[in-house]
Amino acid sequence: MGEILRCDNLCKDFGATRALDRLCLSVGSGKIIGLLGPNGAGKTTLIKIVNGLLQPTFGEVLIDGKRPGVETKPLVSYLPDVNYLNNWMTVEQIVFMFADFYADFRSDLAFDMVKRLGINRMQRLKSLSKGNKEKVCLILVMSRNAKLYILDEPIAGVDPATRDYIISTIINNYNPEASVLISTHLISDIESILDEVIFIQNGRVVLQDTVDHIREQNHMSVDDLFREVFKW
Amino acid sequence: MDWRLDKKRPICPQICEKLCVLIASGELNAGDRLMSVRDVALNAGVTPNTVQKSFEQLESQGVIYSKRGSGWYVSENVGIAKEVLDSLIRSKTVNYLNDMQALGLDKKEIIEIIKEFRYG
Repeated sequence: MGEILRCDNLCKDFGATRALDRLCLSVGSGKIIGLLGPNGAGKTTLIKIVNGLLQPTFGEVLIDGKRPGVETKPLVSYLPDVNYLNNWMTVEQIVFMFADFYADFRSDLAFDMVKRLGINRMQRLKSLSKGNKEKVCLILVMSRNAKLYILDEPIAGVDPATRDYIISTIINNYNPEASVLISTHLISDIESILDEVIFIQNGRVVLQDTVDHIREQNHMSVDDLFREVFKW
Repeated sequence: MDWRLDKKRPICPQICEKLCVLIASGELNAGDRLMSVRDVALNAGVTPNTVQKSFEQLESQGVIYSKRGSGWYVSENVGIAKEVLDSLIRSKTVNYLNDMQALGLDKKEIIEIIKEFRYG
């Protein structure tokens, strides 16, 4: 089992605020991992550094042994926590744009998933509901053949049925050689699809373990443990 | 099949139990092909890795076996699955009796209630 992501002593300062504080972690390939932590723990900062959108103040990130950059873009499929797509574009135009951008993009799979959702591919993004827009974004990300999928808050702000759809899409498109890193604070909805969880707080990893081991040791769900660890 | 899981218990043994119940109750018979790992994962909403681990565990116990490239099958020896079902029935009964005891009922009273109770 190889290592797809590694962080060593990763620090990130925003002025006087330390968002990541000597963070170390290792993610193996072939796993679905939850990146869990309260608001402001550093989840999105970590994800942005892994995607090369932020530069670390100190420390190193390696994706499949490479530093974030041009070489890692084909390896990582990233779903940001904000909508970044052009609202005036149609679903079809966006799919073709992704196909142009990424050599590993499977347009037929994307169109198939869009169709099954009952979304017309000629529809403009701005005419889609918030839930459908999020589903389209997820479809785009999961239609790539990447080694590491990073989903930043994919289930925030959608209804329970949409959450189920998102979860089944992740399971359905999951490839045993790839890893999926999902950041969220809505743990109870997602913990059963996770192999491992990483708890981060104040920019540090406070726990990394498998879901079953956590349940076995603590006789409680990961969600319950989270509430205990991060109690105010 | 009801795939709802207890969130406090590890997932892997729960998947094993569910599959044993399917076999012991006769919904799946010796030689039958099991659902694929992915189908179980989708139904139960769990990661395929956990389902794979559950299948492998059942294989080591002799409940199921795999055929390369063709999937998983129920083994001839359905006795092990029946044992799992038995212990499940026992532990659920113990839970029920403990609950009733906590409500102040003795065994005799509990039996009376069960006799009076019509279900189905």
